[in-house]
Amino acid sequence: MPEQRTVTLNMGPQHPSTHGVLRVVVELDGERVVKATPVIGYLHTGIEKTMESKLYYQALVCTDRMDYLAPMSNNLGYCLAVEKLMDIEVPEKVQWARVCLAELTRIKSHLVWLGTHSIDLGAMSMLLYTFRDRESIIDVYEACGGQRMMTSYIRIGGLAHELPVDFDKKVRRAVKQVNEGLADYENLLTNNEIFINRTRNVAVISAEDAIAWSLSGPMLRGSGVKHDLRKANPYSGYENFDFEIAYGEKGDAYDRYLLRLKEIRQSLRIINQALDGMPEGPYRARVPGVVLPPKEDVLYKMESMIFHFKIITEGFKAPVGSVYQAIESPKGEFGFLITGDGSNRPRRVRVRPPSFINLASLPRLVEGGMFSDVVCAIGSIDIVLGEVDR
Amino acid sequence: MKEILKAFGHVIFKMPLGFVVTLKHLFKKPVTLDYPARKKPMAPRYRGRHYLERYDDGTERCVCCGLCAAACPADAIYMEPEQSENGERRAKMYEINLLRCIFCGFCEEACPEEAIFLGQDYEFSDYQRDSFIWTREQMLVPHPRQDNPFKRIYRRVRRVYGVTDKTK
Repeated sequence: MPEQRTVTLNMGPQHPSTHGVLRVVVELDGERVVKATPVIGYLHTGIEKTMESKLYYQALVCTDRMDYLAPMSNNLGYCLAVEKLMDIEVPEKVQWARVCLAELTRIKSHLVWLGTHSIDLGAMSMLLYTFRDRESIIDVYEACGGQRMMTSYIRIGGLAHELPVDFDKKVRRAVKQVNEGLADYENLLTNNEIFINRTRNVAVISAEDAIAWSLSGPMLRGSGVKHDLRKANPYSGYENFDFEIAYGEKGDAYDRYLLRLKEIRQSLRIINQALDGMPEGPYRARVPGVVLPPKEDVLYKMESMIFHFKIITEGFKAPVGSVYQAIESPKGEFGFLITGDGSNRPRRVRVRPPSFINLASLPRLVEGGMFSDVVCAIGSIDIVLGEVDR
Repeated sequence: MKEILKAFGHVIFKMPLGFVVTLKHLFKKPVTLDYPARKKPMAPRYRGRHYLERYDDGTERCVCCGLCAAACPADAIYMEPEQSENGERRAKMYEINLLRCIFCGFCEEACPEEAIFLGQDYEFSDYQRDSFIWTREQMLVPHPRQDNPFKRIYRRVRRVYGVTDKTK
């Protein structure tokens, strides 16, 4: 019998630090990781396939459930893709409101990441602080869309409802809360010896490798590549806003932590600009036969009523052709490829999930390192298994 | 003696200084909520369990047109129409499977009669699966409506928030 030098270990799928149901098969030589293979599929829900059997406007609710920590970004990505396919122009106010909400989502997602990542590394109190601040953002969601997580607020051609009357007040409260919270996080973590020792020079990926593995989002920018779709390929009126791309240098877990804090700061900047300059206007584009008419018209006007019935029962027919629309979600480039075949249902909806592609680099990050750093690496990729498996 | 007095001084004056951060939190509003005893008021647009509206004279608003069932992405709504005594169409059967329902609010948006709404109730766990299929009788608001001034205010707030809720 040959001498066995390595131990194969199953990490997950039921492991608190894998952020869901990720299984990593790790081959260990003592404490060193020789090989790590992420095994996915435990949360497969068939969302892409489900979307093909739904009308265009119904398929929207599936997108919330992919990356459930950033529902508004997913809504935005899908709506932009369908609007591109249908050639719909949305009012300016909608664009600004969408930017504001998408940035709130980015903050919310990063806050959950910060809490769970630091709880993986042993900083227990962070989760309580980040969830305290996240609550104020969820309040905004609840006032807007009526649900705390699965908002479905951003719709094809606009928003579901008018912005709530105290939107401005609520968002400013959230901004203030997060701003105060950021000072707490920096106090607790940035110069924390234990945190630095756990994250510095851990899960390093160089800029060339990051590009070669087609990483995106904080994983890419953490390595020093200045690529942000909000700047590189502006969508939804991002070119009107003044902000900077945050990026790291070395590409280790600590850099990604600093980068995400910087991104929260930049998001706060964008939100403040969006609130200050929010234009007046309708909350929905007027495209007969595609976008639902306002409810008041439906109750009192015949033609609006007819359109309402037509859209709800049959949906709208999209032209033949494919579009690809990517947005910069909190996790990276989140893209939708939608193929229309002239009917009222998409022929194919393909999602480019940032978590999935970033997760593929896990072996690169952990091989050769210590076993306890696998936890840190998984945490710093910021995966959401709902999006990885779809 | 002097040493003891000094120590006392420390206890009385210096120690509270050290506790300033802790003591400050005594006067702050707590972040958490004593949940089952106290409940957070949900936002006016909150999408909880459904209810069916009536006109003021007690007749149901729902005419069983089927738009909500068509809009439902989860196919949770089932309905059958019938004719009432005065020849009007109404729902004989109206069921919502709350286990399938994803509370997206599309039925509320689709309804052309302003009949179905998603209410504020979010506590509906139960032991039997059957009890999650809500029928028309369970969802209809009671008639005569309990004249709850808060509910009236709430409906008003809902309207202000942009969700139309016309009760004439």
